[in-house]
Amino acid sequence: MGDIARAVPRRVALALALLLATPARADEAPLTDVPGDAARGRAIVADRTRGLCLLCHAGPIPEERFQGNLAPPLDGAGLRWSAAELRLRLVDGKRLNPDSIMPSYYRVEGLHRVSPAQRGRTILAAQEIEDVVAYLLTLREEPPR
Amino acid sequence: MKRLLALLLLALPASAQDRRSGFEDMARETQAMQRDDMQNPGMLWVAEGEDRFNRDCTACHSEASMRGVAARYPAWDEATGAPIDLAGRISACVERHQRVAPPARESQPLLALTAYVAHQSRGLPISRPSDPRLAPALEQGRALYGERRGQLDLSCVQCHDDNAGRRLAGSTIPQAHPTGYPLYRLEWQGVGSLQRRLRGCMTGVRSEPFAYGAAEYVALELFLNDRAAGMLLETPAVRP
Repeated sequence: MGDIARAVPRRVALALALLLATPARADEAPLTDVPGDAARGRAIVADRTRGLCLLCHAGPIPEERFQGNLAPPLDGAGLRWSAAELRLRLVDGKRLNPDSIMPSYYRVEGLHRVSPAQRGRTILAAQEIEDVVAYLLTLREEPPR
Repeated sequence: MKRLLALLLLALPASAQDRRSGFEDMARETQAMQRDDMQNPGMLWVAEGEDRFNRDCTACHSEASMRGVAARYPAWDEATGAPIDLAGRISACVERHQRVAPPARESQPLLALTAYVAHQSRGLPISRPSDPRLAPALEQGRALYGERRGQLDLSCVQCHDDNAGRRLAGSTIPQAHPTGYPLYRLEWQGVGSLQRRLRGCMTGVRSEPFAYGAAEYVALELFLNDRAAGMLLETPAVRP
């Protein structure tokens, strides 16, 4: 063990430790043992202070007016992506595109000047991510043209 | 080479024309409110500032001498050896020459005086900061503008350069040209400074804002004025 520790440069060891400590693994297995609840997920997506989704995305939630257009519509997300793919995009989409404007909903490291109230907290809790994934999987119609 | 230069020269005014004041994206009623001084609520602050100016400032300054001043700020402050914005300059002037406690940032008296002084430059183009001593702060402002921050991990660039004109929920994202400060915001139901607006975006991305008057804000103001150089001042602007 001591030999291995000496053989692995400290920076690599640190990177490995960070990787292992990341809340979600690259394979994006469910974050919790409780299956996501699509109805709760819909409520999170519709809530502008929790999910924040409709600030940038439009979606089939007609009671919420004033939906954003900075990002693709959520309609059809369940056709385009699997649960694991959706989860990865929610947890830390910047692994796919570092320049994305999409916030990482389940990451606390690598952020700058986070407000004291939110420091060390993820945007959504693990179960909330599962609920949103379950909801997005139900969106199997393309957006209206 | 010559052709390239000619092309570049042709391209320059075009890009300058592409810059839009937030005024252009407002509802007609809000535009009408800004245009008509009798309707523009910001003019109440200007009027209060005029009273204060005539009472406290005319021993040294005249109204005519205030024309064009706001278009040149932030500027270099010899006394502190640092850049200073217009509100900071007015506050420091009160403290140095009237020997009274300086008005606090975002206080009614300071907003009123700043609105009055900036109003004297309405219709004048914002000038590019030219004092070479401002260069480091200008670069700091540019860096702050491009830096991701907060729990939402967003930079100013990502919304106001890359996505200006698109809708964030119901609001059109403006290009963030500070042409009308201090300005009356319907959301605030009052007049506020550019620093207050910057704080709004910072807390919006869930980041820790800087304290009022911080060097970081002055640097951002400097950068934004450089970026908006040539655009016309509108103070007191009205915004949603």
